Amino acid sequence: MKYRFFLLIAAFLVPASVPAAGGSDIKLDHYEYSFRNKTSLQNGARLFVNYCLSCHSAHFMRYNRMAEDLGISEQVVRENMIFDDRKIADPMTVTLKREDGEAWFGIAPPDLTLIGKLRDPDWLYTFLRSFYKDDSTVSGWNNSVFPNVAMPHVLWTRQGIQKPIYTTSVDDVGRETTKISGFELVREGTLTREEFDHAMEDLTNFLYYMAEPKREDRIRWGVWTMFFLFFFATLAWFLKREYWRDVD
Amino acid sequence: MKALIQWVDARFPIGNFVREHATEYYAPKNFNFWYFFGSLALLILVLQIVTGILLAMNYKPDAELAFASVEYIMRDVWGGWFVRYMHSTGASMFFVVIYLHMFRALLYGSYRNPRELIWIIGMVIYMAMMVTAFLGYLLPWGQMSYWGAQVIVNLFETLPIIGGPLSEWIRGDYVISDITLNRFYALHYLVPFILAGLVFLHLAALHEKGSNNPDGIEIKKGPKGNRWSRKAPRDSVPFHPYYTVKDLFITVVFMAVFLAIVFFIPEMFGFFIEQPNFEPANPLKTPEHIAPVWYFTPYYAILRAIPSFAGTQVWGVLAMFVSIALFFVLPWLDRSPVRSIRYKGPTTRLALGLFVVTFLVLGWLGIQAPTTSLTIMSQFFTLLYMLFFLLFPCFSSAGQPLPLFAKGMLAISIFSVVATIVYWWFLWSGGPNFMHKISYTVLSILVLFVLGIKPLVKPELPKPLPERLTK
Repeated sequence: MKYRFFLLIAAFLVPASVPAAGGSDIKLDHYEYSFRNKTSLQNGARLFVNYCLSCHSAHFMRYNRMAEDLGISEQVVRENMIFDDRKIADPMTVTLKREDGEAWFGIAPPDLTLIGKLRDPDWLYTFLRSFYKDDSTVSGWNNSVFPNVAMPHVLWTRQGIQKPIYTTSVDDVGRETTKISGFELVREGTLTREEFDHAMEDLTNFLYYMAEPKREDRIRWGVWTMFFLFFFATLAWFLKREYWRDVD
Repeated sequence: MKALIQWVDARFPIGNFVREHATEYYAPKNFNFWYFFGSLALLILVLQIVTGILLAMNYKPDAELAFASVEYIMRDVWGGWFVRYMHSTGASMFFVVIYLHMFRALLYGSYRNPRELIWIIGMVIYMAMMVTAFLGYLLPWGQMSYWGAQVIVNLFETLPIIGGPLSEWIRGDYVISDITLNRFYALHYLVPFILAGLVFLHLAALHEKGSNNPDGIEIKKGPKGNRWSRKAPRDSVPFHPYYTVKDLFITVVFMAVFLAIVFFIPEMFGFFIEQPNFEPANPLKTPEHIAPVWYFTPYYAILRAIPSFAGTQVWGVLAMFVSIALFFVLPWLDRSPVRSIRYKGPTTRLALGLFVVTFLVLGWLGIQAPTTSLTIMSQFFTLLYMLFFLLFPCFSSAGQPLPLFAKGMLAISIFSVVATIVYWWFLWSGGPNFMHKISYTVLSILVLFVLGIKPLVKPELPKPLPERLTK
């Protein structure tokens, strides 16, 4: 009885001393990754090569890998997605020099091949939609998910210009905190809000795909392997039972 | 074919070898779930060596090229992603399996006389695994690889006098660099083969004395003769085919779990491959939060729990090494007249249960960023970890008088508990709040009393042992 009492105290104490899970208090918007949606991936790839690839490289991603996985013909890739004399099997490098990047933005734009693994997809999706006008920064832009980010809002002609809405909350000890709770559009872009969200979903999809092009292969192989092992395990179980019949 | 076998057998006793270690190796017939992990560990060792050699064919141990060569394996090498995920998952699963294998030994007293040496060789294997895992973790040359290695090599820096030169000697440089990567790669390739040699010794020692079993009684002392042999213990079965078919089944089940991780969740939510490792190592940019891989975190929590004292942080490092070293002497700490948990009293069960909880909680604590309330929690659980070993002679004494070393250990336990409580209440300025201090103080005294004092005042006698194996 005494031991049970002891365990009871321990059971109460352990959770009591665990603080609330840490991490950022920024609310991220959720998005559903769909590697089977080729149209979305193709659109994401188009946005990527047109808007991102001028400054960011994707060193480990080859054009023909993308062409094959996304079902784009090599002809189309050559004509519409490669803007210089690179070959179809070349990786997506960038002509922007590191030093220039550092001089213009204060930091060289990072390689984006693995950004879909380094950051959660939800983070990327929210980040891409959270730029707002801020005259206090060098680029004139800021981002609520990544404060003081060096990157300007490349897609502003599409999204339009956002202004943050601030809300102030008071916690139980009376401290005031001001947070960005949303955005209002002060100038329309060429896309509606819904169209832009869809476009960013496609871009996030592509970034997530690019971080691990073999993801689809891996899951397909996994399903077959599980079927095989289940079958094999059943056989092995009967074999074991047959042998162990002798043992009393 | 028969002639060839005879020709070989005359020159090398291969038939004898097979008989001694498989067809006529007689193992207790009542092995349960906990006995699968030895053969599974061997399986993983083989898988790690095979996948490791395949990876080495495409990996480049060069600070400029290492990260890119891993991505090359993941994208351009045929089946490379599979081999790499097998290797990274295998590293973590090796520790999962070994921790369960060690827990089995704790449950059934497999480390007890006459099997002390099997346990000690096993502990050396465990340490060789930790070295290999640590060396291998640097190779992908990601942010976490780099900074994790930095933190661990810096531990040696805390040692007085030799600390600085020693850590420099390990790195071959003033910081982790290309030179460090090269030597870690060379050693990461070497140590697994030493490990394989140690496994051979582990098995040779095991087959000399024979396997223990869930009842912890010697089958060789029981009646003799079964349907396979007149000399073999009655309660035994030949390893082959009985345990080979049983292990075959369990291997398939285990591989299903293993491959489900490889195919569906290879990063295991950041526990097997950490998120910052998708960014190449950058000596100028420290990640927000550095934590070692999960299988090291219990020891890392112990390291961080000990405050610096007399102007040096060496105490935490010492505590960490002591916490591993204590496992080595376990065979001599267990004084119980019986081996298996089945016949030991409830106090031993409680102690072992608490130890498992302690190990898991410390593992969790090692991942968290430190705060005051988490620090006092890790101090409490570090104390519990040490008390499990220090008080082992007391709660397993079963009424026998304590030998001198055990009295010494009891004295150290009492001193440690008192010192920790004094530290919490009087020496820790800006320490945790009253509720934390009072609850951990009460719990520490309670553990000391239940595991250390009470078994001496009111000895707990083990249940009588059966003559033959039970199910």
